[in-house]
Amino acid sequence: MPPVLVLARITLVEASRRRLLLALGILSLVVVVFTGWGFTKIPDIRSGDPGAPPIPAAEVKLIASQLLTLVMFMFSGVLALSAVLVSAASISGEAESGVLLAVLARPLSRAEVLLGKALGHAVVVIGYAAVGVALELVAVRLAVGYTPPHPAVLFAFLAAEGVVMVSLTMALSTRLSGMTGGVIALGAYFAAWLGGVVGAIGAAFQNTAIMNVGSASRLLLPSDGLWRGALWSLEPSSVLTAAQAAGRDASANPFFAPAPPPVAYDAWCAFWVLVVLGIALWSFARREI
Amino acid sequence: MLDVARKRAEAASAASPAVRTVDLAKSFGRIEALAGLSMQVERGEVFGFLGPNGAGKTTSVKLLLGLLAPSAGEGSVLGQPLGDVGARRRLGYLPELFRYQGWLSAREVLAFHLELARQPRSEWAAEIDRVLGVAGLTERGGDRVATFSKGMTQRLGLAVALLGRPELVILDEPTSALDPVGRHDVREIIRGLRTDGTAVFLNSHLLSEVEQVCDRVAIVHRGRVIATGPLQELLAGHAARLRVSGLTPADRGALARFGAVQEEEGWLVVRGCEPERVPELVAAVVELGGRIYAAEPRQGSLEQLFLELLGEGDAG
Repeated sequence: MPPVLVLARITLVEASRRRLLLALGILSLVVVVFTGWGFTKIPDIRSGDPGAPPIPAAEVKLIASQLLTLVMFMFSGVLALSAVLVSAASISGEAESGVLLAVLARPLSRAEVLLGKALGHAVVVIGYAAVGVALELVAVRLAVGYTPPHPAVLFAFLAAEGVVMVSLTMALSTRLSGMTGGVIALGAYFAAWLGGVVGAIGAAFQNTAIMNVGSASRLLLPSDGLWRGALWSLEPSSVLTAAQAAGRDASANPFFAPAPPPVAYDAWCAFWVLVVLGIALWSFARREI
Repeated sequence: MLDVARKRAEAASAASPAVRTVDLAKSFGRIEALAGLSMQVERGEVFGFLGPNGAGKTTSVKLLLGLLAPSAGEGSVLGQPLGDVGARRRLGYLPELFRYQGWLSAREVLAFHLELARQPRSEWAAEIDRVLGVAGLTERGGDRVATFSKGMTQRLGLAVALLGRPELVILDEPTSALDPVGRHDVREIIRGLRTDGTAVFLNSHLLSEVEQVCDRVAIVHRGRVIATGPLQELLAGHAARLRVSGLTPADRGALARFGAVQEEEGWLVVRGCEPERVPELVAAVVELGGRIYAAEPRQGSLEQLFLELLGEGDAG
């Protein structure tokens, strides 16, 4: 087996033996059970007095879609947090403890060590995204019979967001302690989200300067841009039509995306991950252990 | 053609020393950890790398392994330039800071290293059994490393270093966590490696350890080699000591042709006097009218030599 895959496998074994996979699995189940229970209560909502008839099915689905957006927003945050925590001490922790010394004395390059570990962390995060999204969507479907229009796209954008955070945190981990790198990565994640909200407000008021803040933050750290893609994949057509009727005011809502990111942006995200991993490789190759 | 070139390279590499460095230097910012290390370790010899704490021993080892990049100078390990991946295929390393994946069993750690060393999978089980046996861990092979004591972990580190019968084994303070039994075991392991023709680079500040197993030593102090050579030669005291009375200062001056004369705790010590010249020295003292009560050639201990050299180094 090539060294990259050996390192990726050992990283997965570590995630399993340290009960990280178990913890993520239980966390997903708890969230799904609670939110699923909440979704089953939507059809009981009455439009007026307690004696009034239940709300129509179309309205149930509309409420379910908006509630699902909120749940997925929380999930994307937990996913980013997990991606950061899983990889924050990946290189620096093992360099400090000494585990890396014996590994790097073997006939393999530092690039293979870093890429193998990044691959292992990415598999954990993508797996978590897949399981989390699948369980939640199944629960919502069972509860109210609603499925968002583009479930595969939702998974792809969330998984990509996780990969972006793993790449950034791995690059930080080549030089900074797990604690420092983790704080910086999470700070950058929240700043990027805020930048996205600011950009949306700029769009609503058609203020180019403020819009540019949003665009710049989405280019510098694509986590929020990818989240906007996931948001769009969750919008039922009725919401999109209503938003179009509302005009530019709707774009000020941080929980609404009128369109998926352009293909050029997706390509930028892929390029961004490659560049950040390149910086990580460069930095690790020059680090003195 | 390629095959011929590869075989030539291998033959050249087999004829090369296990370790060779020329003026290897390393600075961390303004701190000079290694000032210019020049040394050679031959194939199959047990080489002691000796020095006080902070002398630059671990820095040297890390430079040999390519974990650090030198600030100046050059070197080779098993005929390959420092940090070469091919050379790392043929060496074993026990770090001073020995830590292994606590969530793996000892056998799994060893299998992980065998896989990274690209050893054929069919040989893993036998090789793991062998090194566990050598390191005295046969009974604990299936246990998680996190449950190991420090001494057990160091034994595991030794087992890792011995995997695949490397041509060169670099041991950085291999007995720092071991009890006297463990230390004895490590000495036996090192002697076994010498019998098999494996070169051993033993980094240590424990003089007795080095004294008991090493063929040659280099003593480093403040980032420089201050003495190097076969242990017996370094220790040959080249000194004679006499209990003597009745010599005037002028008489003592006349003895200078045998070596540097000085008084030490009631003994007259003549440094640089080889053992075979002791009878001649005695005759000269008697001729000068001195009365001799005892006379002996002195075999120095490594500790004595070490302290002397370090003292000279500091004075210089």
